[in-house]
Amino acid sequence: MSAVNDFALKIATVNGTGSASANGLLMQAIFRMGIPVTGKNIFPSNIQGLPTWYEIRVSKDGYTARPPQIDLVVALNPETYAKDVATVRAGGYLLYDSSWPMDDELARDDITILGVPFGRLCIETFERDRTLLRNIAYLGALAALLEADLPLVEKMLSERYGKKKALLAANQTAFRLGYDHAKTQLPCPLPFHLDRMDATGGSILIDGNTACALGAVYAGATVGAWYPITPSTSLMEAFKAFCQKYRVDAESGLNKYCILQAEDELAAAGIAIGAGWMGARAFTNTSGPGISLMQEFIGLAYYTEIPAVFFDVQRCGPATGMPTRTQQADLMSMAYASHGDTKHIVLFPANPNECFEMSVTAFDLADRFQTPVFVASDLDIGMNDWMVPRLEWDDAYRPDRGKVLDAAALEKVKKFSRYLDVDGDGIAARTLPGVGGKGAYFVRGSGHDKHAAYTEDSDAYQEVVDRLARKSATAALAVPSPAFDRQDGADIGVVTLGGCDGAVREAIDRLREQGHRVDLMRIKAFPFAPAVREFLDQHATTFVVEQNRDAQLRAMLAIETGAPRDSMMPILDYSGLPLTATRVVAAVASHLSGATV
Amino acid sequence: MSSITKPPIRHPSLQKNALGLSKQDYEGGMSTLCAGCGHDSVTAALIQAFWELDLPPHRAAKMSGIGCSSKTTGYFMKQSHGFNSVHGRMPSVTSGANAANRDLTYIGVSGDGDSLSIGLGQMAHAIRRNVNMLYVLENNGVYGLTKGQFSASADVGSKSKKGEANEQNPIDPLLLALTLGATFVARSFSGDKQQLIPIIKAGLAHHGFALIDIISPCVSFNDHEGSTKSYAHTRAQSVELVEADFVPLRREIRLPAQHPAVSVVKLHDGSSVCLRATDGSYDPNDRDTAYQHVRACQSRGEVATGLLFVDEAARDLHDMNRTVATPLAELPFEVLCPGKGALDTLMARYR
Repeated sequence: MSAVNDFALKIATVNGTGSASANGLLMQAIFRMGIPVTGKNIFPSNIQGLPTWYEIRVSKDGYTARPPQIDLVVALNPETYAKDVATVRAGGYLLYDSSWPMDDELARDDITILGVPFGRLCIETFERDRTLLRNIAYLGALAALLEADLPLVEKMLSERYGKKKALLAANQTAFRLGYDHAKTQLPCPLPFHLDRMDATGGSILIDGNTACALGAVYAGATVGAWYPITPSTSLMEAFKAFCQKYRVDAESGLNKYCILQAEDELAAAGIAIGAGWMGARAFTNTSGPGISLMQEFIGLAYYTEIPAVFFDVQRCGPATGMPTRTQQADLMSMAYASHGDTKHIVLFPANPNECFEMSVTAFDLADRFQTPVFVASDLDIGMNDWMVPRLEWDDAYRPDRGKVLDAAALEKVKKFSRYLDVDGDGIAARTLPGVGGKGAYFVRGSGHDKHAAYTEDSDAYQEVVDRLARKSATAALAVPSPAFDRQDGADIGVVTLGGCDGAVREAIDRLREQGHRVDLMRIKAFPFAPAVREFLDQHATTFVVEQNRDAQLRAMLAIETGAPRDSMMPILDYSGLPLTATRVVAAVASHLSGATV
Repeated sequence: MSSITKPPIRHPSLQKNALGLSKQDYEGGMSTLCAGCGHDSVTAALIQAFWELDLPPHRAAKMSGIGCSSKTTGYFMKQSHGFNSVHGRMPSVTSGANAANRDLTYIGVSGDGDSLSIGLGQMAHAIRRNVNMLYVLENNGVYGLTKGQFSASADVGSKSKKGEANEQNPIDPLLLALTLGATFVARSFSGDKQQLIPIIKAGLAHHGFALIDIISPCVSFNDHEGSTKSYAHTRAQSVELVEADFVPLRREIRLPAQHPAVSVVKLHDGSSVCLRATDGSYDPNDRDTAYQHVRACQSRGEVATGLLFVDEAARDLHDMNRTVATPLAELPFEVLCPGKGALDTLMARYR
């Protein structure tokens, strides 16, 4: 097996030292060489001074999941040397800053250790910004070791630093320091290296938060409310940047959007709901702790039937948990958010491309079903750069605003009853404030009848909540259908959702190579479409792959479809790191071997 | 929130306003509050003010949280949309609604529990955002719906119906609002229509967050001897600072004949409010004066009422966010979506 364009490296640095910029540049260079590539930033909940890692996976086959093993570690943080040396696969390489000696005890016989005195070279060459330039120096060494396209990387350096002449010159010098040193002193290229391909032409490198924000802009969202929280913060920052680009009135210079940074997540939810009630497309972006704080408001919007979109960029819980690590552990707190009987529409994008599409879908579903809709992203999807098909837009798209009676429609009705289901789909028509007197009604979280009047009458109350259940059943038919990958005669069914997709698809390739017959279903939305139950029924054994401790997706499948819980084997990864195919393959293999014994 | 529909009986000779609406047209459902509740007087004053201002009911939005006070939005302007949200969170819902549609008149009604305990943060930040709304705080120092617990505005030494004395310091919403930079700060008494109605009208015309703290005695749980929010106590201790008469832009001024020297404050919408300081020298444009006056009254055991502070030059939520004049909710999709061409161009950035 050739190691060309099929390897992974991990760069260990200290956060806040500018390494992210160099790492991103390397990844982008590989991408521009036409080679499929993925980056995973494993960073601390800290601004400056703690260990951070960046994993780059180069995969000619287009695998985007976290790499199964690390071929090369670039160790630039002495504090984590021991861990980093241990990370290298047998036969792999370690590149470290040899300006200062590494403890002999850390050496391994089964790996090759390469040293470049990055620090010393930069101290000797530069008067200032030595720490920053050291990053560009290691980028140079990697370009040599991995045989990156030199003119391309140099062009990218001038794109990035070209605005200031002195800055560009320093960066070019730093790059050459590393490059030349590696070229002359190290065994370039390494056995695994890069070679130009043509496999990224239709793709982009983008993170999910940016894509969600862009989706919100394209869906016509005008009110965004939020409280800063990792890892969702960059979503609103991106929304703001796009709005500044696309939503400023050319003549007046005034904004066709309003972003309110609220005092807390409760208020952020309230603002989104208030704006949704007024007929604006509105959203809030948050993470698990914010979803906890928003519970009461979510129940209010559900019961009073007000649209709003909630982006939950999930992180490790419970409580503050690990804010810079990824997980899918808010599934149930979204699906059944708030007290009382509630059930919500939740969309599960698998990558940034789907973040864009589902962001638009979420606004349509929220309007159509007059209810909160969640987009369940996570830190891995939201903050890492993914290689995905470029985003597409159809100018024929028009928002689905659902059943809204305008002034003309109100003229035609004798009496308006806000919660009256006329056509049997569980969805009643709404009116917007400011339109006309006949459409006025009272939004109340307290018990109400179909006319929106206060009630403590059991029958009148039940009539409304029963209709809400019917509305949910209608929603199950309207939400995005699962994605299937079927194989003839498959007896094993694998079920997953969201960002597990890449690792699971890779695992299924491995399992099929091993002779297993496997079907895949990736669930894209809750409430579950009928096809979900059918898939479970079709397979005697199913594996449910998700990133939380308590098998929440499996629990929801059991609750909602009636499928026997014990027929669904959980494969769980709640380490906080993105899932690997290795883990899925091992879990399936272990179960199958156990079953045959 | 419960209410009872009122019979639609109209006397043909009822006086009409400029919109051809009678005062009855501004009424809502029958109040289910206790007989004699101060809140019902506030509702009556609100109805009078809306009618006099020719406010089109369908262009108003009634906002509230949870509590006795919050129920009252059901008792006026039945032709307006209303939003009875969750406890203490009316300010955020109103912020969002106002962000989406700046053209409606927002009338928030809250209480001391809703505003000063569970909703303190929300009220504070709506003030900071300067949401263009009327914020009526019906203040009785007690939790009525849950039968008589002290609220955060109960004075030290104030006694509950069971005789228990409050030992925690009260929050004075006016002092708080002045500190937070509120741009319209007033206090009145539910039993004093003459003072209350012009203040409500001025608050509605104000461009920004208009806070009116209204002492509104709870007849069931806080109108007894020992209570500092009772009818008797408030009438005895109320010190009117500034007498206000509101002058709408559209109508001739109707001032009392024997009006002393007035200071005229021009409101953002072109109307004005006339203020008469009891001591003739009060400047309602000075925040520090207002603060000191409220504190001085407090130390004497008195309640300062009247329009204490107004700043008509202040920027509201939309000014600060530089939003377009058209309500965001009414912008057509075509002007909001950048379209395929823009996306295709943008994609180059992610290569």
